[in-house]
Amino acid sequence: MSMRTPLKDVRRLGSAKEGADHFWTQRTTGAANLVLSIFAIALAVNLIGADHATFKATIANPLVGLPLLLFIVSAAIHMRLGMQVIIEDYVHGEGAKIVLLMLNTFFAIAIAAASAFSILKLSLGG
Amino acid sequence: MADAKAKRGGEAARPLSPHLQIYSPLINMVMSILHRITGAALYFGTLIVAWVLVAAASGPAHFDFATQVLASWPGQIVLFGYTWALLHHLVGGIRHFIWDTGRGFDLATIDLLSWGSAAVSAAATILIWGYVLLCTGSVAP
Repeated sequence: MSMRTPLKDVRRLGSAKEGADHFWTQRTTGAANLVLSIFAIALAVNLIGADHATFKATIANPLVGLPLLLFIVSAAIHMRLGMQVIIEDYVHGEGAKIVLLMLNTFFAIAIAAASAFSILKLSLGG
Repeated sequence: MADAKAKRGGEAARPLSPHLQIYSPLINMVMSILHRITGAALYFGTLIVAWVLVAAASGPAHFDFATQVLASWPGQIVLFGYTWALLHHLVGGIRHFIWDTGRGFDLATIDLLSWGSAAVSAAATILIWGYVLLCTGSVAP
């Protein structure tokens, strides 16, 4: 029975030099989300029953559209980092892991881009 | 633990430390697992946020369709779950910020923070939905 662990393969390589960056970005966006998601909940509650014109006019208000845009960006970064950790924890096949990490990034950017584009169109578009 | 994995991608042929199936569930452990599960749920829940915004940007017809779907019973259940997941993850995040400062690691405080955050997120969810149901009657964005 071999008592060796995978640690032997990485010991001489040193750190990845980016662990603290992941940690800090997760905390920074988490702190931002703390404030911004409370705003988003309040906004959603206020928009219950709103028709399209009211919805559009509300988002077009810079004091609403801007925090919502910040929330989308901050949440997208936060959730990408969080899902990255989940994938790294549970997916051990190297190929599947790389593909899922890529899809994770694509998903986060797609959500942020679709939402940001829509907020800007509702605010600035005709 | 013959079924546990240590070497990435394969079975480990050496003794491993005990994992989830050995320990009886403790509240901080349950809250930690729920923090990850709600985080993953919110990840896919952003599809709803993006969908509503895209629908609104596409015009009144798409917007009305989206609000009708969300106002249906299945839509309401999903939104209720989304509200709880968001608040649970939010309050759990505050708990983790406290722990990040190195404070609150004695057993009594760990239990208090874990039960406390579970209670606060559940209460906040019920308060928000109670407010919505009482003050507006209907529940659609």
